[in-house]
Amino acid sequence: MTVIPAPRGPVLRLLAAPLALLCLLLLPGWATATDTPFARGIALLAAKDFQSKGRAIDLLAESNDPRARPILTALLAGRLFHVRKTGALVLAEKEGRTYRISDALSGAVAGTVKKRALRKVTINNRLRSRLKGVLARMDLSDPDASVRLAAVNAMLATLDPGSIDLLEQLRARERDSRVRDALATAIAIGGLRSTDRRTRLAALAALHGNLHPAVRNELTRLIRDEKDQEVRGMARATLASIETRIAWSSLAETLFFGLSAGSVLVLAAIGLAITFGVIGVINMAHGELIMLGAYTTYVLQQLLPHSIGLALLLSVPAAFVVSGAVGIVIEKTVIRFLYGRPLETLLATFGISLVLQQAVRTIFSPLNRSVATPAWMSGMIQVNPVLSLTVNRLTIIAFTALVFAGLYWTMKKSAMGLQVRAVAQNRAMARAMGVRAARVDALTFGLGSGIAGMAGVALSQLTNVGPNLGQSYIIDSFMVVVFGGVGNLWGTLLGGLSLGVANKFMEPWTGAVLAKILILVFIILFIQKRPSGLFPQGGRAEV
Amino acid sequence: MNRLTSLLANDTGGSIFLFLLLLAAILVPVCNLVVAPASSLHVSTYTMALVGKYLCYALLAISVDLVWGYLGILTLGHGAFFALGGYAMGMYLMRQIGARGVYGNPVLPDFMVFLNWQHLPWFWHGFQWFWFAALMVVLVPALLALVFGWFTFRSRVSGVYLSIMTQALTYALMLAFFRNEMGFGGNNGLTDFKDLLGFSLQADTTRAGLFVASALALAGGYLACRALTTARLGRVCRAIRDQEDRVRFLGYRVENVKLWVFTFSAMLAGIAGALYVPQVGIINPTEFSPLASIEIVIWVAVGGRSTLYGAVVGALVVNYAKSFLTAAMPDAWLFCLGGLFVLVTLFLPDGVAGLLRRSGRTGNRPADPLPATPEEEAS
Amino acid sequence: MSMLESMRSYMRRDQVFEFLIPDTPPDLDITHGVILYLEGITVSFDGFRAINDLNLYIRDGELRCIIGPNGAGKTTMMDIITGKTRPDTGSAWFGQQINLLRMTEPEIAQAGIGRKFQKPTVFEQLTVFENLELAMAGDRRVWSTLVARLDREQQDRIDEILELVGLQELVRVRAGSLSHGQKQWLEIGMLLAQNPKLLLVDEPVAGMTGQEMERTAELLTSLAGSRTVVVVEHDMDFVRSIARTVTVLHQGSVLAEGTMDEIQNDQRVIDVYLGD
Repeated sequence: MTVIPAPRGPVLRLLAAPLALLCLLLLPGWATATDTPFARGIALLAAKDFQSKGRAIDLLAESNDPRARPILTALLAGRLFHVRKTGALVLAEKEGRTYRISDALSGAVAGTVKKRALRKVTINNRLRSRLKGVLARMDLSDPDASVRLAAVNAMLATLDPGSIDLLEQLRARERDSRVRDALATAIAIGGLRSTDRRTRLAALAALHGNLHPAVRNELTRLIRDEKDQEVRGMARATLASIETRIAWSSLAETLFFGLSAGSVLVLAAIGLAITFGVIGVINMAHGELIMLGAYTTYVLQQLLPHSIGLALLLSVPAAFVVSGAVGIVIEKTVIRFLYGRPLETLLATFGISLVLQQAVRTIFSPLNRSVATPAWMSGMIQVNPVLSLTVNRLTIIAFTALVFAGLYWTMKKSAMGLQVRAVAQNRAMARAMGVRAARVDALTFGLGSGIAGMAGVALSQLTNVGPNLGQSYIIDSFMVVVFGGVGNLWGTLLGGLSLGVANKFMEPWTGAVLAKILILVFIILFIQKRPSGLFPQGGRAEV
Repeated sequence: MNRLTSLLANDTGGSIFLFLLLLAAILVPVCNLVVAPASSLHVSTYTMALVGKYLCYALLAISVDLVWGYLGILTLGHGAFFALGGYAMGMYLMRQIGARGVYGNPVLPDFMVFLNWQHLPWFWHGFQWFWFAALMVVLVPALLALVFGWFTFRSRVSGVYLSIMTQALTYALMLAFFRNEMGFGGNNGLTDFKDLLGFSLQADTTRAGLFVASALALAGGYLACRALTTARLGRVCRAIRDQEDRVRFLGYRVENVKLWVFTFSAMLAGIAGALYVPQVGIINPTEFSPLASIEIVIWVAVGGRSTLYGAVVGALVVNYAKSFLTAAMPDAWLFCLGGLFVLVTLFLPDGVAGLLRRSGRTGNRPADPLPATPEEEAS
Repeated sequence: MSMLESMRSYMRRDQVFEFLIPDTPPDLDITHGVILYLEGITVSFDGFRAINDLNLYIRDGELRCIIGPNGAGKTTMMDIITGKTRPDTGSAWFGQQINLLRMTEPEIAQAGIGRKFQKPTVFEQLTVFENLELAMAGDRRVWSTLVARLDREQQDRIDEILELVGLQELVRVRAGSLSHGQKQWLEIGMLLAQNPKLLLVDEPVAGMTGQEMERTAELLTSLAGSRTVVVVEHDMDFVRSIARTVTVLHQGSVLAEGTMDEIQNDQRVIDVYLGD
């Protein structure tokens, strides 16, 4: 038969040829059975008048024959012909000046012919719209739910009161909830065109808050054309309710974008908050440690080209180790000698950032590298017709939450966290209690750097990976730390998220660059009132 | 003259530097204009422009040393003041082009014609007069420093916080100036200058004049900073650098001292930028980049903080190395610069000047131990 | 009617607009004989009450010693008087007219309150002479300090102070290379150069030899009368040698006040010091 699905595996491919042959052998007997609606429809297609052709279309549509659909589609597209000599019905594909034809009934390829050998099955506009409706209706009973959904949505534009009954029937046996909702929308839109005032009012009530784009068009039309005062008022109210929902959805979308941008900031800043807040070291090379994490992802994907997703998962611990190790090396060779001299630490780590940047440029080339996104991270989740959330951003928000929770646990509950906090509060006392302060410093710095590496993995999914990747995030990260309050994990979280959200909310009005500038100005003004950020560390300071 | 000798009384390094600068201001133009090109004593116009550029950098370095070395403010955004001064001069030079631009518009600079602008933006008015531009060269950086300083010093933001804020300031300005809508030529900046006060910028005599002007500005800047630092105000500054709170309890308004010295320093940086632009022939937003600003700091660190002449030495040495290395081994420059940051902070906290002073001191008076740097004291 | 009145008040020639009156503190007014009023002051850091409803009055010309165990709030009290810490509640007045809680540290210093810190804080990079020069009373505005020169009188005053604190041999030495005791003396010298009405002296004799302690006691007693001196000290011998009135602080408020003998026989004080 002609509807054997495209063979996938090699076994199926082997089977396909004999099967097709078998079908061909069976066909003649079947096709000659002239009493089936399908056969009658085929016969009527040969008629000259459009009325008969219309009958033919209906017959074919009702035939339940799998061959009917390709034939009707071809008819609509003007690719259905009769061969002049034999009168056989064929599907034709134009190929240069000639037509490659295949038998419409058996699907067998019948070679190439000149245009003269064919006679087109012509249709007029009325038949065309009838065909469209028929095809849509056939799709409505397609076994695939997504095809049914598409069919319902396609029908919305050409609804007539007549098809409502059909839709009602369909809805009664529909299992898929999305298709059922779409059907309800379609029925209600159909109801809007009803001449009965009460039906229209009921349809309006049903459409309350419906976000389908067709609904909005239909309502605007109704408000324009409707004579009845009450119906028009209600249509206005319905439209308003829809617009409110759209406004909320777009608010939610901006919030989502803001949260995802904010969680990137949090990821980038939280390692900094630890090194800056706990051991008082300002690490200007933090951005480059993020960059190293991103390059780790790139390298792992080059090593495992066939399992991108696995490479990405592996690169989370790998980046932690790589950046953490580089961080510890930096601490042991440079920062250790500069404790208590924050300004000099700043300069030295800036120098290190330049060296790391140039090293990456020399090893990987100065050009940007793109890191692939695995299938399970691409695509989007449709919340409603106007709001969809991209999966990769959702993943990053979740990842941030995970990293934050892990870090919080480490600092508050683990033995290492206890030592870190002890050293941060009173170095001399901690040392007297047997804490090896130098080791704690190195580990803290390593932890902060490792988190930078993990942030790099997340960033590699959002932007291109290049030597300047870190630079573009370092100032923003510092702003988050300054805004949130030094040495406070919650402050960093709140600071990062609120800066991200504020940025996204301002962007539509001001543009991205101006939004960034305004945020900087805001922070300068903010530290007037709260010089130590959102969550200052209290206590009596010494002179 | 009396004042001058008293200024330089205890300043051997500064005296040597001023003498050399004066020598250069006379000899370089003479060797360029008078000595025949074939002679081995001839200085090419290219070299003169290059050294002139270094002199502007040296003035910039002095302005940074004033706030970092004497006031303890590690500014990572002084490039912004330099660039603003440069843009003010650039705007004058753009207006001087007149109808000689590619599009031949008598009023609008080329990039505005290109953007289909019909009118000159309001802030471009007045820049057709040199005196106005010269005023703006100092006023615009001063105003920015005043506003920024008023906000930050009043709220007692200091140390690394302040450094980060200054960096954010210049970063924000860079983003802003990259925008075409700002009306400063977007990322191409201002260029294609023709002449300055009626003298063609291509002429050797104009170049020599600019060189002399840069040398004089540097000398003037040095003397002004020297006067400031040897006055009681300079001692207040050093006291603030080391024990800010204690100075408050003595009744000094620390934020005011910081504010005015910072503003003065920004004005010097603006002048440096204004002299720089006609010599290199272009000003664009990369001058605002955080890297450009932090490079100034390393000049000062290499030369030695709180000596003023050390900043000059650092600016000359590092920039000569940069010119040499970016031409010879472009990849190696960032490695060297990065390494310089690390090595100087680790092993040479007082820079070249400190090295000289130490060797001089061990030769003469071995008794007095070297004072500790302020940061070490703070720890 | 009221509008007319307010219009008239704007037109009065004998008055300036309120916003035009410069924001300088009025002169010190001690007609009631009390130079410092601290009333109902409470400060807490993260829930810990460092100062708890403190009431303290210092008479003009008095030499007052304040003692108390560690954490009694002595240093915090000085922080409040000098403007470093703002109390949560309460009021602090310098004389009858000057509200200390509205002023910044420099304003308070200029109004006439000088402070010596517990840990000697001098400007280590400056010489002894330069330290005294900066402390010297005079115009503190930026431009004035730029053009300021020492006149003969000030020069003499500095020499006088140098002699008083015994540092005349070390004029050109960097303060950073002085010994702990010498730094103490230098800071006392700076306090004298500042010429304040009220001196707050936090542990002046820590790190001093017995002889130096005697000299300090002598100096502080000689200052009292023309100036008011508040001394915080742990060393009981020293306190006994100078004290006329002693205030005992405990847990952020005044526990007892009186002469040294009264204090020593006060049962509450004994309990606090000997532990409960």
